[in-house]
Amino acid sequence: MLQVILGLAAILILFVFILLFRVQSLIAVLRGSDKQVGSISNKFNAFLMLVFFFGMTILFVWYTFAEKDTYILPESASLHGLVTDQLFWLTMVIITVTMLITNGLLFIFAYKYQYDEKRVAAYVPEHNLLEMLWTVIPAIVLTVLVFKGYAAWTDVTTIPEQFKGKNQEYVDAGDKGVLIEVMAQQFAWNVRYPGVDGKLGEHNFRLIDDINGYGLDFSDENSFDDITPTKIVIPVNVPVLFKIRSRDVLHSVYAPHFRVKMDAVPGQPTTFAFTPRTTTSEMRAKLGNDKFKYELACAEMCGRNHFSMSKLIEVVTMEEYKEWIAKQTTWVSNNSEYVKEKGSTDLVSKYLNESSEEAEVVEPVIEEEIIDSNSVEIDSTVSH
Amino acid sequence: MANSHDHDHEHEHHEQSFVEKYVFSFDHKTIAKQFLITGLLWAFIGGLFSVLFRIQLGFPNADLTWLKFLLGDWINDAGKMDPGFYMALVTMHGTIMVFFVLTAGLSGTFSNFLIPLQIGARDMASGFMNMLSYWFFFAASVIMFSSIFLSTGPASGGWVIYPPLSAIPEAMDGSGLGMTMWLSAMALFIVSSLLGGVNYIATIINLRTEGMAFSRLPLTIWSFFLTAVIGLLSFPVLFGAVLLLIFDRSFGTSFYLSDIYIVGEGALDHVGGSPILFQHLFWFLGHPEVYIVILPAFGITSEIISTNSRKPIFGYKAMIGSLIGISVLSFLVWAHHMFVSGMNPFLGSIFMFLTLIIAIPSAVKSFNYITTLWKGNIIFTPAMLFSIGLVSLFISGGVTGIALGNAAIDIQLHDTYFVVAHFHLVMGAASFFGMIAGVYHWFPKMFGRMMDARLGYVHFWLTFVGVYFVFFPMHYIGIAGFPRRYYSWAGFDVFNIMTDVNVLISIAAFITFSAQLIFAFNFFYSMFKGRKASANPWRANTLEWTTPALPGHGNWPGEIPTVHRWPYDFSKPGAKEDFIPQNVPLSETPESNLEHEH
Repeated sequence: MLQVILGLAAILILFVFILLFRVQSLIAVLRGSDKQVGSISNKFNAFLMLVFFFGMTILFVWYTFAEKDTYILPESASLHGLVTDQLFWLTMVIITVTMLITNGLLFIFAYKYQYDEKRVAAYVPEHNLLEMLWTVIPAIVLTVLVFKGYAAWTDVTTIPEQFKGKNQEYVDAGDKGVLIEVMAQQFAWNVRYPGVDGKLGEHNFRLIDDINGYGLDFSDENSFDDITPTKIVIPVNVPVLFKIRSRDVLHSVYAPHFRVKMDAVPGQPTTFAFTPRTTTSEMRAKLGNDKFKYELACAEMCGRNHFSMSKLIEVVTMEEYKEWIAKQTTWVSNNSEYVKEKGSTDLVSKYLNESSEEAEVVEPVIEEEIIDSNSVEIDSTVSH
Repeated sequence: MANSHDHDHEHEHHEQSFVEKYVFSFDHKTIAKQFLITGLLWAFIGGLFSVLFRIQLGFPNADLTWLKFLLGDWINDAGKMDPGFYMALVTMHGTIMVFFVLTAGLSGTFSNFLIPLQIGARDMASGFMNMLSYWFFFAASVIMFSSIFLSTGPASGGWVIYPPLSAIPEAMDGSGLGMTMWLSAMALFIVSSLLGGVNYIATIINLRTEGMAFSRLPLTIWSFFLTAVIGLLSFPVLFGAVLLLIFDRSFGTSFYLSDIYIVGEGALDHVGGSPILFQHLFWFLGHPEVYIVILPAFGITSEIISTNSRKPIFGYKAMIGSLIGISVLSFLVWAHHMFVSGMNPFLGSIFMFLTLIIAIPSAVKSFNYITTLWKGNIIFTPAMLFSIGLVSLFISGGVTGIALGNAAIDIQLHDTYFVVAHFHLVMGAASFFGMIAGVYHWFPKMFGRMMDARLGYVHFWLTFVGVYFVFFPMHYIGIAGFPRRYYSWAGFDVFNIMTDVNVLISIAAFITFSAQLIFAFNFFYSMFKGRKASANPWRANTLEWTTPALPGHGNWPGEIPTVHRWPYDFSKPGAKEDFIPQNVPLSETPESNLEHEH
């Protein structure tokens, strides 16, 4: 019933509106004002041009400064972000000034040169000097921005040497760099650390099934110590290399606080290296928000639940990181039954002792290896 | 030439049936109107879709049960919009607006309508191809429109239809039949676009009247010409991309697919393909497409701003030069959409450099518009208001391109609302403003009647303020990091802020959309009841205003006029009137001729 009344009311209002419109256009024709050029409406429109420009500029300036803490993300939590942020704000200042000046000229001219029957417009078809000026000045400004951008971009996209292994593969660099594989799927992020050997095991999409979501290949020894925690933990002030892949459609690794974004492409791994500079607890203290957390989001449309792909990132000190990683169990030990069935016999018997009972016995072996490899790492750094 | 005149004259006497005259018409003016009406209908649908998803974004907690009458099962029992349907809305909004409204609706209307009229031709080079062009577009429209009503929904993988999402029906509801229909519709659409483009180019090169040298062409024609060239060179690439995608989807090839596992399906057989290949092919059209959308709008506003400032367009040659510059560069910047796609970073550097160069011709254009206003005598017709609006939107949206085109900055901004703000202002809204300006300006020539100016003013100010309130705040949420194509941001602490801004944007969007109903009313009302127009109501110089108020088949009842001057002789010192049409010989205006014109 209500809907019917509302509908009728709407039709009635529309009818009144059309009637009013008809009356005003008839009056305009009778007065002949519809044929006048320098009419009141011309002046009014010219005036509105000014009102619009100044009104919008005031709103813009007010909101930009009043709400800057809301919309500007905290200072970049990664090193390269400091550089790109600086370049961003430099660009923003240049373009905001350009925008205000050119828009200002546009609206002020529109107001100032409104129709006046006593005046004749100037016949100025061109002016070479002016045109030269506004070709050359933007060109110079853009050249500066291009060079700064090129330097920053090259720096961000260069993968630090310590991550490069003997056969062009990426390896973990211990104290000098952490390698993490980020694998996307509809609609979750999965991470894999290479474990004590510093090497990620081979994977193959044909090996993926309900249990082995990563498609880990158990004929490769490197797979046996890979760790797959539920969150991303990274040490501060050490380069981190994300080796990114997807097992279904395109996704994009997006960590806003670190100014990190890179697509995850099925069949074609991508990378992003960055160095976190603020731990989670430091950021909490800085923002006065003890619930603050770093988040990973998806920035490439990937399906109906695209908006829900979140993952927690924790930045900790190197000591905390080492402590945490040492506590993680390997994927193999968590799924030993599966691996026994699928893995190559040699490797299974090497890593999953048949006679022993499950994880408790397996774990100490791996734990021992962590200590070993760590001591090797420390030795090597000392000897440098 | 003379022969074809006689031929056309014979046609005029031949009685045409209704179908010949209004349905399968060969007349460029009728075809233009067909494109315009279809384009406006699409604009309404595309706009309605944006209103629907703005409801979701502005009021995510609202109970939407009341929308069930329209959306049926897409509103679930809890009164919430289905996330898959949200994606479909976003996808179809983009597809409709970019292709069906701002490509077919804009070029189809104004290239068809103005090319013969402004260059002094009886009709297009091929009336038959022109008719086919519309009917291919119509067929594409029917298929695309039908796909909205599928139970699995229309295509929903984004208007860029990146595979694998668009290639695998199991990956998303819309990637099934919806995507098949999207691809078929687009294939037909491309055929339509090419038929039109070939025709525009052939007509402009061959059918210019005596005296209409390229150096005397109105900027509208220059822009339509370059748009057609860009379309002809880039749409076939999209056709190729679409074809390969169809092969991948239906015939088991692996152009774009590799290493894919789908839950419930297992590993797919495709190996060796590259999704990034698709992106290159897509954006090789996709970026020029941006200019296909904006260049005609530039042409239209150049004409309107000059006419209503009563002043020659400033820097005619620089305007042509920058149009050509933009057209050439438009083919060299496509990969700036792909800085973080995983392509070689060195390529990124090259494309960053080329992208930022494009700012220079764009700046030249903006400055030339502003300088045209300078010392003018401005008449604010609704068309003029929308043209000034276009320049403002183009500047405000264009400057942020300098930030986005910089690869290092784009890492953070890519696929955030900053991008949404940028392209909606610089090419979406700006191009729309050009289209609306064109309708207000050439309506008298199309229908022989005037649109109501006062309604036009109300329409303009509501739309102009509305558009700024919709898209400008998106810069802030973009800087805050909000990703695009998100159904909801509530799942993230970092994005679960600024909900008030989203409410503001949504309300502004509703008002802006409603304001278009004023335009719709004005348009249809004036078509039948508007004041009768004179032959040259805006006192303009180009040839279409030398035709009768409502030009018939063949455009000029008598001889085609000869052109003696450029189209921008406004307020020439010494002249009796403040405009001298292009067909007035120099010998008739000795008092105002310049040194070299004697």
